[in-house]
Amino acid sequence: MNRRDFLRTSSVVIVTFTFGRTIAESGLAQDTNLGKPVDPREVDSFLAIHADGTVTIYTSKVDVGTGLNIAMTQMVAEELGIPVDRVSVVEGDTALTPDQGGTGGSTGITRGGTELRQAAATARQALLKLGVNADMTNIGMVAGGKRLDLKVDAKAPLRDPSSYRIVGKPILRPDVPKKCTGTNVFLQDFSVPGMLHGRMIRPPSLGAKLISVDEVSIRGIPDVRVVRIQNFLGVVANDEWAAVRAAKALKTTWSESQTLPGSERLDGFVRATAIERDETIVNRGDPATALPSTAKQLSATYWWPLQSHASLGPSCAVVDFRPEGTTIWTASQGPHGLRANFARVFAIPEDKLRVIFMDGSGSYGSNGNDDAAADALLLSRAAGKPVRVQWMREDEHAWDPKGPPQLLDIRGGLDAENRIAAWETQMWLPANVQGSRPLLAVDDAGIAQPHGRGAGQISQNGDPPYAAPNVKVVVHWLKETPLRLSNLRAPGKIANIFAVESFTDELASAAGIDPLEFRLRGITDPRAIDVIKRATEMIGWESRPSPNSRTQSGSVRVGRGMAYMRYKQMENYVAMAMEVAVDRSSGKINVKRITCAHDCGLVINPDGLRNQIEGCILQTLGRTLHEETTFDRSRVTSVDWKSYPILSFPEVPAVDVALIDRPALPPMGAGEAATAPVAAALANAVFDATGVRLRRVPLKLG
Amino acid sequence: MPKYTFRVNGRAVSVDSWDPAQPLLYVLRNGLGLHAVKFGCGLGQCGACTVLIDGKAARSCSTPVAQVGGRAVTTLEGLGTPEKPDKLQAAFIAEQAAQCGYCTNGMIMSAKSLLNQTPNPTSEQVKQGMAGNLCRCGTYTRILSAVLRAVKA
Repeated sequence: MNRRDFLRTSSVVIVTFTFGRTIAESGLAQDTNLGKPVDPREVDSFLAIHADGTVTIYTSKVDVGTGLNIAMTQMVAEELGIPVDRVSVVEGDTALTPDQGGTGGSTGITRGGTELRQAAATARQALLKLGVNADMTNIGMVAGGKRLDLKVDAKAPLRDPSSYRIVGKPILRPDVPKKCTGTNVFLQDFSVPGMLHGRMIRPPSLGAKLISVDEVSIRGIPDVRVVRIQNFLGVVANDEWAAVRAAKALKTTWSESQTLPGSERLDGFVRATAIERDETIVNRGDPATALPSTAKQLSATYWWPLQSHASLGPSCAVVDFRPEGTTIWTASQGPHGLRANFARVFAIPEDKLRVIFMDGSGSYGSNGNDDAAADALLLSRAAGKPVRVQWMREDEHAWDPKGPPQLLDIRGGLDAENRIAAWETQMWLPANVQGSRPLLAVDDAGIAQPHGRGAGQISQNGDPPYAAPNVKVVVHWLKETPLRLSNLRAPGKIANIFAVESFTDELASAAGIDPLEFRLRGITDPRAIDVIKRATEMIGWESRPSPNSRTQSGSVRVGRGMAYMRYKQMENYVAMAMEVAVDRSSGKINVKRITCAHDCGLVINPDGLRNQIEGCILQTLGRTLHEETTFDRSRVTSVDWKSYPILSFPEVPAVDVALIDRPALPPMGAGEAATAPVAAALANAVFDATGVRLRRVPLKLG
Repeated sequence: MPKYTFRVNGRAVSVDSWDPAQPLLYVLRNGLGLHAVKFGCGLGQCGACTVLIDGKAARSCSTPVAQVGGRAVTTLEGLGTPEKPDKLQAAFIAEQAAQCGYCTNGMIMSAKSLLNQTPNPTSEQVKQGMAGNLCRCGTYTRILSAVLRAVKA
């Protein structure tokens, strides 16, 4: 049976593949732009002015549901002096967009947006000289279809923030109406003519070898072809359901081994792992000498488990492999990086490999998208046709590269006035290994590739943001870690701040001082004080030491907690407060209310910013309460939403966000910062309510 | 090949499927080009694939096409368009209740089903009624506001 047969119907209307064709055609239409400049030093790489007065902006920074697209549009429209609705965005196409780096580390606005803004400012000066009027109403007539042929001028004057008419406004995102009516074309919805559907059969355990495949076992499923390259095993079919069925039904035998330590006592494994090197990243005063003579001393250990990106839609890719030129459609956050890596690994010249970003399910870092692209590439190469691969749920949960396990020991001491006199943090973290992350399919197929390791800047924010004369932070970089890693939203910082801000609370409690007052005593930065005061005012902070000593009847205990941090110690200021009700008989932690004050410098789009902050908070609430990737000696065992639960609707608290706008300061990204204080604020609130200090995530009351 | 006849968004359709167990999801997406419905888990755990069958929310990822014969299926496309959204869609847009948008189909369709049965729900009823729909981006508070806004509209 082929697709045409499948679609053939009796008498009634069947409309099909409208979107696929439209997109394929519009993709071809875009090819008229091939050959446009992509050098990030050139204005024409970022901007194209059309005869009808509209402008297209080109950027490698992609909008993965963050609202980046409208924010960039606002920045360019403001600087050029044209209305927002005349600007459209082409994002993440290696043939068309300048390489401004991948989308990560909250650099979308900070780098992507500000580079575009500078290009627009440069363009405006040139356009005025060409005879375009100040209101840009004749921009299309004068400059439409022409290249400006000039370098981005780092000194081109920017508009004064006090004159902004577009930046700072809550302009609605253009993608939302489409997403609410089923008309947004996601990568998962995309098709090209002749495309087959692929599904993978992954090894049942890490490192398993494929011994045999019994193709007879899928004989009853129409038009399926098995693709095997050593231990790489997939199926392709005309019909997607046939591919799904065949991947499940195909009988295989594998040789398995037990290579994993198991997740049950992973903290012990981490502590015992061989150390590659120690790195002292903060060293002020001499805590080792100062600590023994402090008035009060405390020490504590904190643990954060491996976690999955857990994208709601499993990773996907469409690849059309052709000797004359291969195209990869992906939702990867780093199309340029993907191209460079794939070109090396698959020995394809970079100019014969085009990577095009499309909207996907939220990825929150590097999920399985790159791996799905490698799967689809090998299947397309074998089948001689374009192939779409979408992973199944268990593929995503089991095989996406994970956020790292993090173990921290903190020791600290208070002086006679209950101020922090000495502080020492030790972190056990997986060491970076040079080179790109190995792709699953490439290892399985026996193709040589780098085996790099990296999970982002995971050692930041390990020192307290409060006055302390003696502070040391040491990282024990470990030689081994059980699973493949990658950047997961706010890499490392959530766990580090969970430890630092929990320990700060422990010190405050030991001192018998209100946690808010304790923090304010150690801080002088006015931006920090602003967010701390704002978040606590919003929740109606009760000034008293923790735990809550008020007599409470029944089994439910209520409490409040807070946390503060400055992201990467140099970006956003965020403070958060929470109210919880904890049922001591069931152990259930009920988060009632969260307040957050957020300062990321200049605010581009306040509603988009709020949406990001709310999402940061709720996603991390789930990571703190529920999420842990579990595994036995052979395989990941948290492979669906039951074994790896995330935050669910009934658990959602009221969330109240205050934005502190700083128009004179540079804009910072906000896709990560508000995640960072969540776990600490929650653990501190639980301590306040119950007197029980939880130092392991997911938080569980015994 | 067996043929299955049912209604989709008010129109009669007839599709063939080599497998009576083929989930409605694949028939809608690949056979009928209705892409609002999303594959999330194939296990009925996340809600991204939600449609209405005879007015009630159903998980199209785990509803065999053979069970749909003679019934009326409504998908997100059947509610409204960007130019003419229905009141739930309009409320979601007004509240900007999406980030990546992968769960949005299921959120709106589950809300539709909820409001069909409980036209004037409390905030708590909305949360409980939509407990089977997951949003990884964490837009729950906006989705809740959108549903309550639609109730008032």
